Amino acid sequence: MSEPADLVVVGAGPAGMAAAVTALAGGLRVVLVDSGPAVGGQFWRHPPEHARVAIPTGDLHHGLREYLALCAALSAGRAAGRLDLRLAHHVWSAVRDDEFAVHAADRREAPRERPVVLRAPRLLVATGAYDRQLPFPGWDLPGVLTIGGLQALLKGGGVAAGSRVALGGTGPFLLPVAAGLAARGIAVVTVCEAADPRAWLRHPGALLRNPGKWAEGAGYAAVLARHRVPVRPRTAITGAEGGERVTSVRIASLTSDGSPRPGTERRVEVDAVGVGWGFAPQLDLLLPFGCELTDSADGNAVVAVDDGQRTTVPGLYAAGEACGVGGAPLAVAEGRLAAESVLADSGAAPALSRKSLVRARATVARQRAFARAMSMAHPVPAAWSSWLTDETVVCRCEEVTAGAVRAACAEGGAHDHRQVKQLTRAGMGWCQGRMCGPAVHCLAAQKRAYVPAERLVATPVTLGALAQLDE
Amino acid sequence: MSEIVVDGEPLPFVEGQTVAAALVAAGRVAWRTTRVQHRPRGVFCGIGVCFDCLVRIEGTGGQRACLVQAVAGMTVTTGEHDDE
Repeated sequence: MSEPADLVVVGAGPAGMAAAVTALAGGLRVVLVDSGPAVGGQFWRHPPEHARVAIPTGDLHHGLREYLALCAALSAGRAAGRLDLRLAHHVWSAVRDDEFAVHAADRREAPRERPVVLRAPRLLVATGAYDRQLPFPGWDLPGVLTIGGLQALLKGGGVAAGSRVALGGTGPFLLPVAAGLAARGIAVVTVCEAADPRAWLRHPGALLRNPGKWAEGAGYAAVLARHRVPVRPRTAITGAEGGERVTSVRIASLTSDGSPRPGTERRVEVDAVGVGWGFAPQLDLLLPFGCELTDSADGNAVVAVDDGQRTTVPGLYAAGEACGVGGAPLAVAEGRLAAESVLADSGAAPALSRKSLVRARATVARQRAFARAMSMAHPVPAAWSSWLTDETVVCRCEEVTAGAVRAACAEGGAHDHRQVKQLTRAGMGWCQGRMCGPAVHCLAAQKRAYVPAERLVATPVTLGALAQLDE
Repeated sequence: MSEIVVDGEPLPFVEGQTVAAALVAAGRVAWRTTRVQHRPRGVFCGIGVCFDCLVRIEGTGGQRACLVQAVAGMTVTTGEHDDE
């Protein structure tokens, strides 16, 4: 693609793919950039195209028909010379002067990095989310992974991280991961869901309006029943034990506030564990623009958008989990709406028919209602920190303990995760607080939504690559 | 099957796997020790967010094994400390 682009889309998951496809259909020139080796994001994570026969993962996916249709439309856009698809490009910064400049490291020949600047008058950020973590004793043992990590290894590489696996946390995402592992012959010995499923009954409308969601859930339940995987509501993994690798977990029934019910704790032998407590949206590229945020029902601050996915910064759009965690169908619909706004704001004709536009808007309304009900039904348990001992590592990178974080709050007067960081170094290491941020935020007794620290460099980039930037 | 070279030893992988997936497929979930408590670490988030899985690749340190595609003959050095 030699002519200048009209739009840069960062993130080629469900939202970014749908946005790029709609923008292409409207006649725009689009750059779609993603750090992964294939389009699909985490939800539709695939091995690179050339490896899909050697690593078959098609059976692990939901909504694959939509994925393949989006892939076909992206391929057509490339063939027509209007889509510049940049895979294995790590975006580390996005800035705005007279237009948007997206700085990325081209890592197709990693570890070699080549700096790239992608420019366009409009920018759409669809960077998704990652598993939200709550520390527990032993969560830093090898073999304990995020549930997303277990799934990424399975979907991306056809690899299971263990042969006897316990899953824990909260939210519907536990089910596809359990079902995927079970389908590959892995013994999923327990799925500990902290929430009480009856909490869903308080939101019957959200369930009734989204039959696709419970059909999906029923499909996973059938797989789990066939493989005799026990799903235990109102339980949690409260500890992991082992030496060089996890060998067992402690699971306990929870009281209504989420503290372990005395006398219910028992030990289960495992060689791998997956944990996740909902998701934390990836806002790194958006925060430095100063766009307005809003509180999401799941405890995260997310980017505020209008009904056309416009942020409060002119020319900057967002779609998918960055605007509130809600799953792939919501992300796809938001991506389409965002692209329609880009078209309208560029003076181009709409790409979607009147009917499709109405349908996309209805999907967004319905799926957001579902997402809201989901976050109410699957909260972070109020008393989760009662699982921690003073020795439990909270910040994995700087190895800051729960005792140190508590002391920073009680004696140091820290009121939020930024002040805890200054006092303890929690959040100052390699991951820059991405893993421990939500937990430290909770420990600092915040009732407010979690706003991640602003990171001016969204991913590490070598000085060598920066030096090659001769602009 | 192709091979990468991990700490001087050949390690088979399936074309399309990341370095982390190749290590996990071989039964390894830890390949690094932490700086303060010298605790073993390996793959945790699997999607490039946590930086637990750092390795040295072709002499370049600080590489996230979960993001780098394995390539035949690629040399990987484990035991990366997090301050390197």
